[in-house]
Amino acid sequence: MTEPRQRHLLGIAGMSREVALSLLDTAKVFLEVTRRPVRKVPTLRGKTVLNLFFEASTRTRTSFELAGKRMGADVVNISASTSSTTKGETLHDTVATLDAMHADVVVIRHSASGAPHIVAQRSRAAVINAGDGMHEHPTQALLDAFTMRQHLGDDLSGKVVAICGDILHSRVARSNALLLPLLGARVRLAGPRTMLPHRARDLGWEVYDRIEPALEGADVVMMLRIQRERLGAALFPSLREYSRVWGLTGQRLALARPGALVMHPGPLNRGVEIAGDVADGPHSVILPQVEAGVAVRMAALYLCAGESGPPTAQE
Amino acid sequence: MRALLDGPDALRGLRRVAGEIVERHRGVEDLLLVGIRRGGVPIAEILAEHLRELEGEVPLGTVDITLYRDDAATALPNPRIGPTQLPIPIAGRRIVLVDDVLFTGRTIRAALDAVLDYGRPERIELAVLIDRGGRELPIQADYVVKQVSVPPEERVDVYVRDGAPAAVIQSASSPSIPPGGPESAPENTP
Repeated sequence: MTEPRQRHLLGIAGMSREVALSLLDTAKVFLEVTRRPVRKVPTLRGKTVLNLFFEASTRTRTSFELAGKRMGADVVNISASTSSTTKGETLHDTVATLDAMHADVVVIRHSASGAPHIVAQRSRAAVINAGDGMHEHPTQALLDAFTMRQHLGDDLSGKVVAICGDILHSRVARSNALLLPLLGARVRLAGPRTMLPHRARDLGWEVYDRIEPALEGADVVMMLRIQRERLGAALFPSLREYSRVWGLTGQRLALARPGALVMHPGPLNRGVEIAGDVADGPHSVILPQVEAGVAVRMAALYLCAGESGPPTAQE
Repeated sequence: MRALLDGPDALRGLRRVAGEIVERHRGVEDLLLVGIRRGGVPIAEILAEHLRELEGEVPLGTVDITLYRDDAATALPNPRIGPTQLPIPIAGRRIVLVDDVLFTGRTIRAALDAVLDYGRPERIELAVLIDRGGRELPIQADYVVKQVSVPPEERVDVYVRDGAPAAVIQSASSPSIPPGGPESAPENTP
């Protein structure tokens, strides 16, 4: 029997189907825990989880904080504005300092792709990637898949998922595009040409430069946020223009399979990538996604937070 | 490997235990049976049948203790945590926890914590098929089918076949008996 234990959760790339399914199944138990009178289990009592956020985030940080607390761990939040990085400390020095505090798990978000991998090589703690640059956001993809399984059944084989918007700059899109095929789903990537990765088609995804054909018959429509903070040069004329061509309206949603799920990783730009009435409509599972996030992160902490060991320097 | 309790004797013992429960509680009102996953669940099912024959229907639940083990954070994470299912609110209920083998008492300690996170029952009792001794915590059973002293280097395995549980003693290092009994072991058991 293979060992389901994960030392780190750095990305979906390289993750086996078995590990992904084990995480998703374990999260079901934790969803039940979050709905009980006492929303807490003592499993990680005495363990310390450090939330190390070098980039603004309320949703993901809160979700990890709740997940840690509901597992009985002590959770410490460190955000970039309060950390020594503003005083010039390097990532390595920060990690060495945190290691001396005996963190068992470090949850890290960083604007630089690969930062969690660097930490994993240096730290004694287990490392969970909470979003690194334009690279990966594995727990978001896992909570998206979890939400799909809750609504469509555990077997996602053959389900068609249309991911629409700024694919190129989205770590959510990347992690989902890696995870969903692992679970048997078909992924369609749709976005303006300036926001599509060059070689997406060569790598096996179905790619569209218009939203309508991508939506046709889809079981899930996942809208991405326009990341104004990550867009250097203007890649499209205006938000109004973008909304007119790419926004998910009720009319466009009608192209998808009846009862299709509407998802969004948040925060929403209402009236830009998604119309308000669609976000609040009967197809929307945006709030269940948030609830799933805590359960999935509890599962991630559970599977990563064993005994901490020596740094896993490789490569 | 040697036999400790055969199927017919186990069923007779469980019928006696059902009688003791009914006698002590003067019926089955407000009673809730909770089997500790996984070994306690089939025992709880048999007990529920006997109670039904004697007095009437008793609700039956299950509790999984994986997340409440005192070694949970150091043991290898178990990816197959089962569901805890309590069919009714437990506040004010009289709960009988059911397990197959009572040994160190650590499982029962964990089960108590798990159940109490769902509410405040009036009382909790414990029924087991085998009490083998060797307690590491101050915990005892209220109802016991068979009491026996087994040394720590030996293990008690319970398996259920044809609706009847049976118990055997074997060396602690030997592989576990599969759920269907010793003869149902596939050739290449890991």
